[in-house]
Amino acid sequence: MSTIVATLGTDRSRRLRAALTVLLAAALAVGAPFYFAPFQVFQLTMVLLYAVALAGLNLLVGFGGQISLGHGAFFAAGAYTAAVMLDRYDIGHLATLPVAAAGCFLLGLGFGVPALRLRGLYLALVTLAFAVFLPPLLKRLEPVTGGSMGLTVDKLQPPAWSGLAEDQWMYFVVLAVTAVALLLARNLLRSRVGRALLAVRDNESAAEVMGVRLALHKTLAFAWSAMFAGVAGCLYTWVIGFVSPDSFSFVLSITLLAGLVVGGLASLYGPLLGAAFVMYVPSVSQDVSEAAPGVVFGLLIIAVMFVAPTGLAGLPGRVRAAVADRLPRTTAGLDRTPETESAPDTEPESRAASEPSATVTPADPAVVDAEPVGAPPRTEKE
Amino acid sequence: MRKTTALRAAAAATAALLTATACSSHRGQDAQDTAADGACKGQQTTGITDETIKLGGIYPLSGPASAYGTISKGVAAYFKHVNDKGGIDGRKVEFTVRDDGYQPPKAVEEARRLVEREKVFAVFQTLGTPSTAAVWDYLDKQKVPQPFVATGASIWGTDDKHPWTIGWQPNYVSEARVYAKYLKDEKPKAKVAVLFQNDDFGKDLLGGFKEAVAGSGIKVVAEESYEVTDPSVSAQMTSLARSKADVLLNITTPKFGSQALAADAKNTKWNPLHIVNNVSSSATVLQPVGFKNVQGVVSATYFKDPADPQWADDAEMKAYKDALRKYAPDSDPANQFNAYGWAAASSLHEVLDGMKCPTREGLRDAVRDLKDVKVNMLLPGVTLSTGPDDAFPIETMQLMRFKGERWQLFGEPVDTRKEFGPLAK
Repeated sequence: MSTIVATLGTDRSRRLRAALTVLLAAALAVGAPFYFAPFQVFQLTMVLLYAVALAGLNLLVGFGGQISLGHGAFFAAGAYTAAVMLDRYDIGHLATLPVAAAGCFLLGLGFGVPALRLRGLYLALVTLAFAVFLPPLLKRLEPVTGGSMGLTVDKLQPPAWSGLAEDQWMYFVVLAVTAVALLLARNLLRSRVGRALLAVRDNESAAEVMGVRLALHKTLAFAWSAMFAGVAGCLYTWVIGFVSPDSFSFVLSITLLAGLVVGGLASLYGPLLGAAFVMYVPSVSQDVSEAAPGVVFGLLIIAVMFVAPTGLAGLPGRVRAAVADRLPRTTAGLDRTPETESAPDTEPESRAASEPSATVTPADPAVVDAEPVGAPPRTEKE
Repeated sequence: MRKTTALRAAAAATAALLTATACSSHRGQDAQDTAADGACKGQQTTGITDETIKLGGIYPLSGPASAYGTISKGVAAYFKHVNDKGGIDGRKVEFTVRDDGYQPPKAVEEARRLVEREKVFAVFQTLGTPSTAAVWDYLDKQKVPQPFVATGASIWGTDDKHPWTIGWQPNYVSEARVYAKYLKDEKPKAKVAVLFQNDDFGKDLLGGFKEAVAGSGIKVVAEESYEVTDPSVSAQMTSLARSKADVLLNITTPKFGSQALAADAKNTKWNPLHIVNNVSSSATVLQPVGFKNVQGVVSATYFKDPADPQWADDAEMKAYKDALRKYAPDSDPANQFNAYGWAAASSLHEVLDGMKCPTREGLRDAVRDLKDVKVNMLLPGVTLSTGPDDAFPIETMQLMRFKGERWQLFGEPVDTRKEFGPLAK
């Protein structure tokens, strides 16, 4: 047993397994649109798109320790940038992506300034104000944004050589952008910037003493995060082909935050799970009760947070810990001390915290700030 | 510890496989769309057989506009009522309701679900301008009829690129024309102050009104707008009062309608003729203001108000109330939205009866070829008419004035088609 663990643990086999996992995931992702019905492919596309926005929010909330209730507004800014460009100028869809990304990056940079002075709930309120104020603003700017009737633009059309249907082509384009975005988020967090962010989140003063420039990193975290939301918004315009101020009410911002917390804060694949939750659970809850789908959705969020306080991404770890507890010591107790076993309540956290988890960042602590976890269930009403 | 990746990969693979096997619908199912033979050869018969007809509707059952969701109950009650009496031309209606929470992307998802998975014959009603605008391109491409969308924007009738979509209720421009005609007849020198909601609804109605009074002695002397998110309209009402106009046109949704009526009643120095638009004219809006405060208020309508005692002995109204009690016991029969749903559903019934071919193409053509079709839930004199150049089924409304404890209809139904000609495209 121990020899097997030893061989599995070598660097080479770890890399092999990681490569296999990635290949398997890629094969599934590429095969899906040929297997599922168009409408399910559309749902998957939306999941990927929301995952990009959630990955951005994750940078800020999960790794940066700041709360934003305004990411729906950055999402809207990205969507409108793309829509207005497509509406006014005869340019390809792809040209709108860098503009939306850069625009939202700058917008986020601007919003990062109050983030320097405000903390916790105060920052949340400022960002919420942004989310509340954007839709009326979009209505007033009628000559550009089309007012409350919104803008209808062309959807992404498959080129003739691909031989794909519209939904398949959209799926592949969104999949490519999502893959790049998630990879970027992962690498960003493994770099100096990521380490600095984690240090700031865990202890600002200590981080500053260590030489981390607080102002720079807090502002940059906001800017990166807004950029991801903007990219997601741009994809949204490509896929839906219609934007209106009512599509981006502040409920969207809260839904995004709830999705992130449900999916798992500070986890790299948490955004994917969270996006799937936000996408599929409202439909499921409508099947459960036609009268009050909102109530069922809310109850499901509460249920998930009870079963998996670290989010869906932390659930496997918790389940393994619980199973290990029930098993005889000979198999489960190999690398444990008696103290941890006698205190099962603290078990999941301690295990999760010590878990290296190859797909997740090395610094992933799965430890969740008390503040963000508590916030969404209280505010989520829709 | 090191087993995590392998475990995760295995778990992910199993989950994916399970999902794949659990979902029975594949891409290949598209091929199940069916076509007709004989005289209607080649036309789509998806969702319709000799025994059944499948319809789907998308309503905001949750979210900010969920008050409108009850329209689906009136529709469902009507179809159940018809099914019990043998169905439409022998076909039982299967009506599927989906919730979009008033969010356009959700509406797109649900429209795709209805068309691709439920294989509906038609998407009967999407609610709200944003949701409808988000799905009509898709439905047009799929060649699925989208009859009688539940929004009064005029674009559904003026647009000619979407032959599969059509509205139902009088569009906001038509409604504005009714008020304009009334003022031209009664107060040709009127000075009008306007309170309007700053969205497509408010602007459509206000724009229609200005156009209709252009060239006459009627002048719009003051305009104030509000956002749906505003807490109250009292500031707007104060500044409108300063204009000393003698007519107040109140273009609001119910909550703000009550506020504006109350503010007008409170201000004893300014007593304009108060015209409240149809959306805010139900008894539930007037009651909180106090009936004694809203005497003489003018509005226009086109279907029978279930709360109005003058229809208490009406056969259709009785059938409606019985059906609602039987099939939707938790809903309030006096709610106008339920009656709206009932009236729209019975209009669709008339259209389905008039189809030459029982196909999607048949429905598309029938809904644009209506000649004075009577629907019992609509007011006497209000009928459905469409043609190749006219995609607005109802363009007739009747004026009413509040007296005592209820609305009293007065004058003849106003056919805006005859008075003002077709809407400009």
